[in-house]
Amino acid sequence: MEYFIQQLVNGITLGSIYGLIAIGYTMVYGIIGMINFAHGDIFMIGAFVALISFIIFGLTGVALPIILLLVLLIAMLFTACYGWTVEKLAYKPLRGSFRLAPLISALGMSIVLQNYVQVSQGARVKPMQPLFSGGLEFFKNSEFIVTVSYLQIFIVVLTIILMGIFTYLITKTDLGRAQRACEQDRTMTALLGINVDRTISITFIIGSSLASVAGMMFVLYYGVIDFYIGFLAGIKAFTAAVLGGIGSLPGAMLGGLLIGLIETFWAGYVSLEYKDVAAFSVLIVVLIFFPTGFLGKPDIEKV
Amino acid sequence: MEKKDIIQSFKDSLFTGLIALALFGPIVGLRTVSKGEGLFITPQWGVVFLLVGLCILGRFLININSARRKEFKIFSTLSSKFSSITEDKAKHFAITGILFAVVFPFLPFTDRYFMDVAIMILTYIMLGWGLNIVVGLAGLLDLGYVAFYAVGAYSYALIATTFGWSFWICLPLAGVFAAFFGILLGFPVLRLRGDYLAIVTLGFGEIIRIILINWYEVTNGPDGITGIPRPSFFGLPFKRSPDEGETSFHLFFNLEYSTMHRIIFLYYLILVLALITNYFTLKIRKLPVGRAWEALREDEIACKSLGVNPTNTKLTAFAIGAMFGGFAGSFFATRQAFISPESFTFIESAIIVAIVVLGGMGSQTGVVLASIFLIGITEMFRDLEQFRMIAFGGAMVLIMVFKPKGILANRKPTILMHGDKK
Repeated sequence: MEYFIQQLVNGITLGSIYGLIAIGYTMVYGIIGMINFAHGDIFMIGAFVALISFIIFGLTGVALPIILLLVLLIAMLFTACYGWTVEKLAYKPLRGSFRLAPLISALGMSIVLQNYVQVSQGARVKPMQPLFSGGLEFFKNSEFIVTVSYLQIFIVVLTIILMGIFTYLITKTDLGRAQRACEQDRTMTALLGINVDRTISITFIIGSSLASVAGMMFVLYYGVIDFYIGFLAGIKAFTAAVLGGIGSLPGAMLGGLLIGLIETFWAGYVSLEYKDVAAFSVLIVVLIFFPTGFLGKPDIEKV
Repeated sequence: MEKKDIIQSFKDSLFTGLIALALFGPIVGLRTVSKGEGLFITPQWGVVFLLVGLCILGRFLININSARRKEFKIFSTLSSKFSSITEDKAKHFAITGILFAVVFPFLPFTDRYFMDVAIMILTYIMLGWGLNIVVGLAGLLDLGYVAFYAVGAYSYALIATTFGWSFWICLPLAGVFAAFFGILLGFPVLRLRGDYLAIVTLGFGEIIRIILINWYEVTNGPDGITGIPRPSFFGLPFKRSPDEGETSFHLFFNLEYSTMHRIIFLYYLILVLALITNYFTLKIRKLPVGRAWEALREDEIACKSLGVNPTNTKLTAFAIGAMFGGFAGSFFATRQAFISPESFTFIESAIIVAIVVLGGMGSQTGVVLASIFLIGITEMFRDLEQFRMIAFGGAMVLIMVFKPKGILANRKPTILMHGDKK
């Protein structure tokens, strides 16, 4: 029982990270109907920017909460630039091309970003000293002590806060209304005087910023990153987006949590070596039997 | 050009520079280096300023030069001329190419290194042709093609090392196994839409690789399989000193022993395998099933209403493509005599997809040109290995943006109802 609770806590933490990345997939899919294959690498770049800023601020000796806030903002800003540029260079010229064109372009972009980071930052793994220590302990008098570290609490709380802001942005502001309108009918939205290109750019910026926060959490949680982390994390987050119903924002978060839990429990109870197989199998099974996911709208084929 | 325009484009390029600074600043400018315990930062501002400067200059030139459109027009007319030439002379081109490939090992400048590169290029050409059936003809984007390559290589290696059967028995078996895996995967997933299918095949490729790494008892895990038997020349091994009762190749033909014999034999082996793949593809395009593939690629709903069973048709494409992947895989295993999961990463799949896409999906000649270009020319710049991958990815994006049908666009169906309607 205690072991189960521990796994539950770990799974929720991991799920928060996946959920934040999944939002980027689901938003882009919702608005332009493409799988942004390079999104996982945007997350990786976010993690690198966060790592670099942690090292720089680590030398200044500022208090921890201020460092966290600064790194968060810096990572969001710089990573958003990447998301924006990728959209402008690789996806925008392809609107109206054949269906697989944006996917191939995104694949190319993903290869470019990975190798670009490998060339400029080196291929070796980058370890970081832990910033957080300690945590709360439960079930102290049983055999297995359940630990909820402060870092895990930080990750989950930050995710909840961001989700709150994000939901407000999408449901209550003009920007969010424009975004949802573009999802439904791009031509009509343009006729009503909304700048569709700008809205799509902003979608990419929001998605990339959230991915960069996930990147920062990843650096803190695992303490080691390399240029290749975006690939696996990207696939898992995409699985999360599909599981929750691609195009649905609450679905992305729900899917992220589920994937995090599935992966943790699989690693804890079944087999550690095959934990990535679990994520891929879920992806295949969901896509075959359940392609609309939990909260997605059914996909109607039109001639 | 008016002064206002110049100022405007100057402002625009400064903005580009600002964005470039934000992009390159942290990732290129602040390189993290491990020293003793922990990471330290080495600034590289020189490179950043160079890159930012290039971006500003490039943007400014593009802006100032409103001839931008004209330039691309020249580029596209050139390439369409080029493709019309090659289409007209496709036969001559093919015959010259094959003749050249046949005499290549005996040309005076051909040495061991050239032969190795040529064998590698031919392997990729074969893989490209195999994948072209799936991507180019049937229009299914398969991002896990390397899985079938791996299945072929491992089935050859396992059968040959366990039972000691010869290459010629194992080769078709490896193809059959790969095709079987193709059906196994294809059956449930081929109902999916194009982009979902791409992701699922990618997942499948990774699953195969993870299984190869972890299933120690059979695959020997990350250490791979060593001592895979080399192929023999119809029973004559390429050995300096053959075992008793055996005659080796050089003794039989009264030649002086040379390792080049084996290399040349391998070269012709892969050449023949690749040509079989090509011949098969060209023939099957004219059969009902080949026609159905192309029709499905163009319009799936129309096909369904005309009574073509999309799942079965796609399944044949998938299985046949997988089979050729399996053949190529067993060739790879026998050439290397050693295989490990390292050789079957996602990047391999991406390279094969890149070859097919850059060549122009569906074009057989395009695959050859793209393989020579991507593998051959980049082989010359081995030291720049990582830059090579950046160029790969960049080329994929550029081709999609400027010429989405590939360098040699040949996506037009083999037959059309009303003559030669474009």
